[in-house]
Amino acid sequence: MAEQKKENLLEIRDLRVQYNTDDAVVHALNGFSLSMKKGENLGLVGETGAGKSTMALSIMRLLPAKVGEITGGSILYDGIDVVHAPESEMQKLRGERISMIFQDPMTSLNPVLTVGKQILEVLELHFPKMDHEEKNRRVDKMLQLVGISPDRKNEYPHQFSGGMKQRIVIAMALIAEPELLLADEPTTALDVTIQAQILELVRGLKEKFNTAMILITHDLGVVNEVCDNVAIVYGGEVIESGSIDEVYSRVKNHPYTDGLFKSIPDLETNAARLQPIPGHMVDPTNLPIGCKFAQRCQHCSERCRTEAPRLHRVNSTHFIKCHMFEEDTCHG
Amino acid sequence: MLGLIHESNFQNKGVSKVSKTKSGVVSGRSAWGLVWFRFKKNKLAMCGLFMLAIMMLAILLAPLYVDYDLVYKQRIVDKFQAPGAEHIFGTDQFGRDLFARIIYGGRISLFVGLAVVGISFVTGCALGGIAGYFGGVVDQVIMRIVDMFMAVPAILLSMAVVAALGNGTDKMLIALSVSQTPRFTRVVRSSIMTLRNQEFVEAAKCCGTSSARIIFKHILPNGIGPVIVSATLTLGQVILSIASLGFLGIGVASPTPEWGTILSENKAYIRYYPYLGLLPGGCIALSVMAINFIGDGLRDALDPRMKN
Repeated sequence: MAEQKKENLLEIRDLRVQYNTDDAVVHALNGFSLSMKKGENLGLVGETGAGKSTMALSIMRLLPAKVGEITGGSILYDGIDVVHAPESEMQKLRGERISMIFQDPMTSLNPVLTVGKQILEVLELHFPKMDHEEKNRRVDKMLQLVGISPDRKNEYPHQFSGGMKQRIVIAMALIAEPELLLADEPTTALDVTIQAQILELVRGLKEKFNTAMILITHDLGVVNEVCDNVAIVYGGEVIESGSIDEVYSRVKNHPYTDGLFKSIPDLETNAARLQPIPGHMVDPTNLPIGCKFAQRCQHCSERCRTEAPRLHRVNSTHFIKCHMFEEDTCHG
Repeated sequence: MLGLIHESNFQNKGVSKVSKTKSGVVSGRSAWGLVWFRFKKNKLAMCGLFMLAIMMLAILLAPLYVDYDLVYKQRIVDKFQAPGAEHIFGTDQFGRDLFARIIYGGRISLFVGLAVVGISFVTGCALGGIAGYFGGVVDQVIMRIVDMFMAVPAILLSMAVVAALGNGTDKMLIALSVSQTPRFTRVVRSSIMTLRNQEFVEAAKCCGTSSARIIFKHILPNGIGPVIVSATLTLGQVILSIASLGFLGIGVASPTPEWGTILSENKAYIRYYPYLGLLPGGCIALSVMAINFIGDGLRDALDPRMKN
């Protein structure tokens, strides 16, 4: 146990998060479990509303005040209990040890501060004793690493293009050399050519600084390119997790994962139509008792409607939360 | 030969220097240098700044060229003299020199006015920033207190404060600041509330930034524009409020000169001697206008998106 603790950088156990709105209680995360090692690259894939961003905000403990509430479970980050840690400790954690890249670079930079100042601020916050020259030197170096000329550091965000802004956001996220980077759909707001550049940049820098990363996306292709492991999220829980090879080999998959793969166009097969997953995302204000995917699942049985499946082990690293794989538990 | 090389070298240096400054027009300046750079380009704002600077200088340096005794010295024989060589701005009903009264009166009108706006601006930013950013109970408590002050007319509120603290210019300053702060608090709060949910605020939180730093470094500079405009408009009103209070016998009372007081002293004779109203009134109008120009220019200069 102690050994595992040491090894795992991030350990989320049975996390439950709900949003208390005026009309209803939205169950965003329902028993979300995840563990991550140092330097690992994890892809978190799921539809809109599956709870991916909620998970990222929970790790930072930045859920919207008074509305978002952690009702159960635990988050352990390198031995720190994130759910109960004092705010001062969280402030030290944010930016220095965990940092985040947001979806839209247009809005995640402050329009009235120069980009150099915004990057510098992270150093000012976390390394107050570092001398000014050194800080500036680091900012210049970081800008160079993300492919922006340091001469431009006194310019404002609106003077940069979208892709360059995202590079600046990445520079901000990595300047303190964090151990964990949460990338919340970092390329969704960018066009495809820039997307590839940004992913390449993130991958290169990640390796350079040996940062672990959680890449949140709804694009299985992106995950395949960048990540070592993948977790598929549905209805606020991880329904399948495993290494890229295991999941992408498509030997054994959760019916939802299978549906996701089927809805990607394939250059080799000559399909006239893609097979979308029927129906909509489960209503988080009104969750079913049984499997959350039951209503949309082709293999749905009576048992699926009444009993929530447990996590079954296909092998030591590949897990699927579905009754269909029950027999696998015995082998593992 | 050597000289030629030397020369060409020198020229090269010159060229590189020029190109550097040319491309570095924007990047070579500090933040405030940049604001000044953009402010300078606004002719109307520069004009306002120039006017205000001249008025301030004239008022500050008054003892050098106008004898303070002239402010109170009455010479009934010289009453209602039109502006001329002896009295540049003419004389009032008691034969006092109007120029001296206006110049020394500006000390109270302009400087107390500026001080009141400054104090209420700062307290309003702090209160409104905190209320708007945190919301909830903090917001309710601050805003309900502010509402209480807003419910009472500003003049009445000032009278109450002066009644409690006593008469005097300093007391009037406090009274007016108390009555103007609620307005700023409201403006700041509303602009903060629209900004606090922006993603860059969340991004700042993700960097481990403290709440105070987020409010005053990230949010306020984004929402300061309307507040500055509101401040310049308020200044005009404050100058008039000082006059009203003077008229009511609170704060500055006749014979101490102050632009509003001068105006109210002379109001009975304005019809026959228009210069008695035009000159002090013109001073009020000019200073308010100059400050409005400066406010507009500042708002544009402070917003980096308006640069090009």
